[in-house]
Amino acid sequence: MKTQRCKGTRDISPGEMAVFRLIEGVFRDACLNWGYKEVRTPTLEYLHLFTSVGTLTPGMLERVYSFLDWDGWSGERVVLRPDGTIPVARLYIDSLEKEKLAKLFYVANTFIFEATGEKTRERWQCGAELIGVSSPSADVELVMLALEVLQRLQIDGVKLKLSHAGLIRALLARLGLSSEEQAKVFDRILDGNIKELSELGLDRTELETLSALLGLKGKASTFVKGLKELLSPDLAGLQPGIDDLVGVAGLLEALGADYQIDLASVRDFEYYTGAIFQLFKGKGKIGGGGRYDALIPLMGGRDTPASGVALYIDRLMELVKPEALAKVKAPKILVRVKPEAAQEGFSLVARLHKAGCRAEFNLGAQKVAGFGWTLDVQAKAPKYVLTDRAKKKFEAQTISEVLKLLAK
Amino acid sequence: MLVETAARLDEAGWGLDGYNASARLYRVKSRNFPRLSAKMFHERDIPVQVAIGNYDLGICGSDWIEELMVKYPSSALVRVGSLGYAQSALYAAFSAADGVSAVEAVWQRAGVVRIASEYPNIAEHFAINRRLRRFGIFPLWGAAEAYPPESADLALVCGTEEGLADCGLAPVARVLAVSACLVANRNSWKAKDMKEVVASIYDEAKVQEAESEIIEPYPGKRPLKSKIFPPGADGDTVRLALPDGHQQSPTFNLLSKAGIGIDDYPSPTGNRRPATDLPGVVIKVIRPQDMPLQVASGNFDLAITGRDWLREHLYQFPTSPVKELLDLGSGRVKIVAVVSNDMPVADAAGLISLSAGRTAPLRVASEYVNIADKYARDNHLGSYRVVPTWGATEVFLPEDADLLIENTETGRTIARHNLKIIDTLFESTACLIGSRRRVANVVKREKINSIIQALQTGVKLN
Repeated sequence: MKTQRCKGTRDISPGEMAVFRLIEGVFRDACLNWGYKEVRTPTLEYLHLFTSVGTLTPGMLERVYSFLDWDGWSGERVVLRPDGTIPVARLYIDSLEKEKLAKLFYVANTFIFEATGEKTRERWQCGAELIGVSSPSADVELVMLALEVLQRLQIDGVKLKLSHAGLIRALLARLGLSSEEQAKVFDRILDGNIKELSELGLDRTELETLSALLGLKGKASTFVKGLKELLSPDLAGLQPGIDDLVGVAGLLEALGADYQIDLASVRDFEYYTGAIFQLFKGKGKIGGGGRYDALIPLMGGRDTPASGVALYIDRLMELVKPEALAKVKAPKILVRVKPEAAQEGFSLVARLHKAGCRAEFNLGAQKVAGFGWTLDVQAKAPKYVLTDRAKKKFEAQTISEVLKLLAK
Repeated sequence: MLVETAARLDEAGWGLDGYNASARLYRVKSRNFPRLSAKMFHERDIPVQVAIGNYDLGICGSDWIEELMVKYPSSALVRVGSLGYAQSALYAAFSAADGVSAVEAVWQRAGVVRIASEYPNIAEHFAINRRLRRFGIFPLWGAAEAYPPESADLALVCGTEEGLADCGLAPVARVLAVSACLVANRNSWKAKDMKEVVASIYDEAKVQEAESEIIEPYPGKRPLKSKIFPPGADGDTVRLALPDGHQQSPTFNLLSKAGIGIDDYPSPTGNRRPATDLPGVVIKVIRPQDMPLQVASGNFDLAITGRDWLREHLYQFPTSPVKELLDLGSGRVKIVAVVSNDMPVADAAGLISLSAGRTAPLRVASEYVNIADKYARDNHLGSYRVVPTWGATEVFLPEDADLLIENTETGRTIARHNLKIIDTLFESTACLIGSRRRVANVVKREKINSIIQALQTGVKLN
């Protein structure tokens, strides 16, 4: 039979779904503990939320799923949410702006076309947005939140890469590029096309300086030393970016989080203005985030600083080990009744559920081996017969007695 | 482009008898290449037909190739190269009446920038890369040059700079160099030996490949000189759209009988802004296909189009404010479902059993994509695919489509192409359309009513 699933989409099987819910649960718990509140935004948004400068790069925008709505005769399109942050920023402007501090989290799917159809075009992510605070501590809180989630999921060996959008922009400005050229170069960097920078008409020295700068890696101290060497001691215009990045890095270092500064590692989102952090396991990116102080004013809200982080659930699902799945303690029972006693059987299942047991009504298709217990209901005494995996039988006259037996 | 292409193929010795401007049948065979046969399509349909593998090679303007590739870059299309003729360019143009500051204001605008174009995909690509904050695109059947400044802020049009100036437009960006191009299906290009055929018309050494990259906007704005200042539309002005093409003479007759005087319509020079003796009314001549969307968007108050195009619009946008105000009675056609005579299907029920018995989706070709889609849905055609076409739809059957949704006046063209009508969807005549929305301005409302009344009188006399 030919597969009928849409190209570039995936089904999540029952086994995978258990992992999905585990990740979601760990993430939700962590967010709630840190004082974040959950929100859910619509799958459909207006495309124009994402097209302005300072939102998504043109490379991303040409892969969004946009179309004319049933009332779209003006030619304006709607889009299947291509990103998690912009809709939350929109929600904040629409209904939460009176709150000076908004700590919000979400679990949502995003849609981006991917030509080969081998990677999924619908991606799930869980993210947290910290709106209203501009400080290295706020950025560090988000990183610590993400690291905590990964640790609880027992995913180790995670690499943290730091970059800084403000610093990259300041460096581009120092190279004497016009603001239009700066935006273009920044977009190329975000789209991962650093090699194509030569097309933009930069001269060789400029290109070499730029590649050297973008190639700088290491801990904060090494990084600043490298910057000074490349740009002589004069770091005019760069100091705010450096201070901010070093502030975030220093605090992370003090907290024992391992990181590496890698300016060129940024991707896809134009809305970042400050520190950008990305999480890798091996070569695969499993999450990321950063500061986006200009986004909310750009979208028509008040001048409000913000930063956020997101973890990619699809990636995490491949990394969670089976043993991380919590063992469910509640006993699993198969309730068997004679066909004429179906009503009694269903009532019994409901009673067992109420008592916190996992119970299924026997449809004749379940395999007994999949259950810890079978419970047979008889017309004559003894009314209930419980059988455990070892085929040992226990008799009971009332449901309370059944529950007592199960509790043992 | 047909005449130039025919000349080129003749020179190359293809010997395609019957490929000329007066061709009545669309299939031709080569005398000199025994394994080569060809079919004539509307230029715009060619890249899609080649990309989906219905044809190995195609010749069409690079504008239509890019219109496909910019949106669907993974299409199985190889751009073999430019054939060097039919050269023009695709421009982003403003009204010459707009000053440079107005142009700058559009780039910076926070509200919607309206872009009119026959190339909606290239227009979207342009808008995204020009970083417009918010834009709406009017996908047009034609006459984009007539839209700025009242009906659109910006038009993406194919032509020459002189041609644009004649229409009162000033280009601000050359988006694409256009010329006739040879394209091939990617799989055919690899698997079939087409060297001899290709070499006969395409010489890589001689022809410089057309630049198919999207060109960045001109860095500096040039001074705008204008030839035509379009009439401004103030609050009282009624904006009326009249059809171009073959609906012009029946429309002119109706207007005469209604006592509405109009100058230069139909216009031998292609003037799209004819003058009228109706005070406070401005007229623009555009494609009837594009009118319902324009009325819905509030760019026109009244328009004379066909009921077919009104329905096509309402099926796409069910809550649109556009409605039929008056049946004008002329231009009567039937919208019909058509299959090949060889297909054992007599009616819609036959289609259902046909589609149920096959694994490949039923291919429904139509200029009316939304009417065709609704017809397929309403008849539960199961797995189907609507193939949008841009004219000469009969040519698609039987090889490239299974079912057509077409208009016909007499049914003769359909019979000539060995096709048969199996269902009639509805009858269409010319009609006056307007908006359901209440016109707040009393003066304007009265003017609109008086035009409707005049046309009613005209219809009675017709």
